[in-house]
Amino acid sequence: MLIRYITQIGRYCLMLREIFIKQTKWSVMKKLIFKEIDDLIIDSLGIVAFISFFVGGVVAIQTALNLTNPLIPKYLIGFATRQSVILEFAPTFISVIMAGKMGSFITSSIGTMRVTEQIDALEVMGVNSLNYLVFPKIIALLLYPFVIGISMFLGILGGWMAGVYGGFTSSAEFINGAQMDFIPFHIVYAFLKTLIFAMLLATIPSFHGYYMKGGALEVGKASTVSFVWTSVSIILFNYILTQLLLGS
Amino acid sequence: MIEIKDIKKSFGGVMILKGISTVFETGKTNLIIGQSGSGKTVLLKSLLGIHTPESGKICFDGRVYSELEPDEKRELRTEIGMVFQGSALFDSMTVEENVAFPLKMFTNDNKAKIKERVDFVLERVALTDAHNKLPSQISGGMQKRVAIARAIVNKPKYLFCDEPNSGLDPNTAILIDNLIKEITEEYDITTVINTHDMNSVMEIGERILFLKDGLKAWEGTKEEIFRTDNQAVVDFVYSSNLFKKVREAYLKE
Repeated sequence: MLIRYITQIGRYCLMLREIFIKQTKWSVMKKLIFKEIDDLIIDSLGIVAFISFFVGGVVAIQTALNLTNPLIPKYLIGFATRQSVILEFAPTFISVIMAGKMGSFITSSIGTMRVTEQIDALEVMGVNSLNYLVFPKIIALLLYPFVIGISMFLGILGGWMAGVYGGFTSSAEFINGAQMDFIPFHIVYAFLKTLIFAMLLATIPSFHGYYMKGGALEVGKASTVSFVWTSVSIILFNYILTQLLLGS
Repeated sequence: MIEIKDIKKSFGGVMILKGISTVFETGKTNLIIGQSGSGKTVLLKSLLGIHTPESGKICFDGRVYSELEPDEKRELRTEIGMVFQGSALFDSMTVEENVAFPLKMFTNDNKAKIKERVDFVLERVALTDAHNKLPSQISGGMQKRVAIARAIVNKPKYLFCDEPNSGLDPNTAILIDNLIKEITEEYDITTVINTHDMNSVMEIGERILFLKDGLKAWEGTKEEIFRTDNQAVVDFVYSSNLFKKVREAYLKE
């Protein structure tokens, strides 16, 4: 079992190396990158916006409902919403959700290409199929922090609306809390995490799709396995990065 | 010309190719035939570099594939056209984009020149009205023709076909077979076809390699296959009454 995991990790590392050698012609690559931006980034905005807005609202309501002591100021609702959304919800939990949405899309599309011999066709033509298929996804996901930025904004906006229109706090108090003790490095930390997660989101599902064997049923299985491993990797890296960047 | 010498390949300890040597001649349709599991597909994929043989040599006009640098291997692959059993067309591209793909990847031709070449090969395979259709919108026979057009668009030196007429009706199968033969002669390329369709053997088999249990059991021409007394070939090729009668009629002549 352990040997199998080590073999898979080794294979994944070799795949990463292979992605960057023998580049596809720029005129072709350019179009692939724009297509991936459309498929992975633009197509994710709707669901990210929806989830962020409502989860931000729920965070504000939950915080408000737990502030039963009248000595605790109401501006803590804004403060807690900001901290939860910026530090964890937007970068980490949106990434876990994206491991399901983007990850299964990537694994199933590459896996289907494997099953229908389209990857063999690329290789036989002399195309570096890993570069052709995975590199544009990595470049497209460099825009992933932009998605997380939107998630942060909408999460806090959702918290403000739920807090104010739900009658839990006043607008001034919420905004005061949201601005209180703001540490700019937390934004740097969140976006650094996001970039690492973007790399994981692009490569782990690609790995599971590219090296899958079998037919249509196995494509489905590979998508599930890919979601599990991408999520596990995101959670593990989240812990390591938090310890490294904020722990010391 | 492709020359293979003592090719051996195994999977999970099971020897699939047990030492095969032969020559595939230029300007001829070279057929690999044999029962399912005889090693045809493994041999074809070894020729294409998808599988790496454990021993033996594959020479493409004197270039030993296993001795080439990775860049040289990729360069050699640009000289190869392949028609896959399931066509392997790119789902997200139209017919025209599929055929233009090798040109966009490996030439510096401008759009007009690429369009001209794509139109020419699509006309060559008798597909003039499917340029903007997706592979899912055309029939299996048309997909095979698109695959052939894509395989020949970059003027390959070597053309490989894996079961090119499987799943096609008899008329379309004959059309595809003849198209491959005509293209082979027209462009003077080395064509290797993997098939178990005896109609193809009779129609276009100029050189035939018969595999049995991972070994070369027989090789020869279409004419020689009628006269052979190799029992394995006779059992395989003349398993149907129709072909038995064809053989008897041929031998009577």
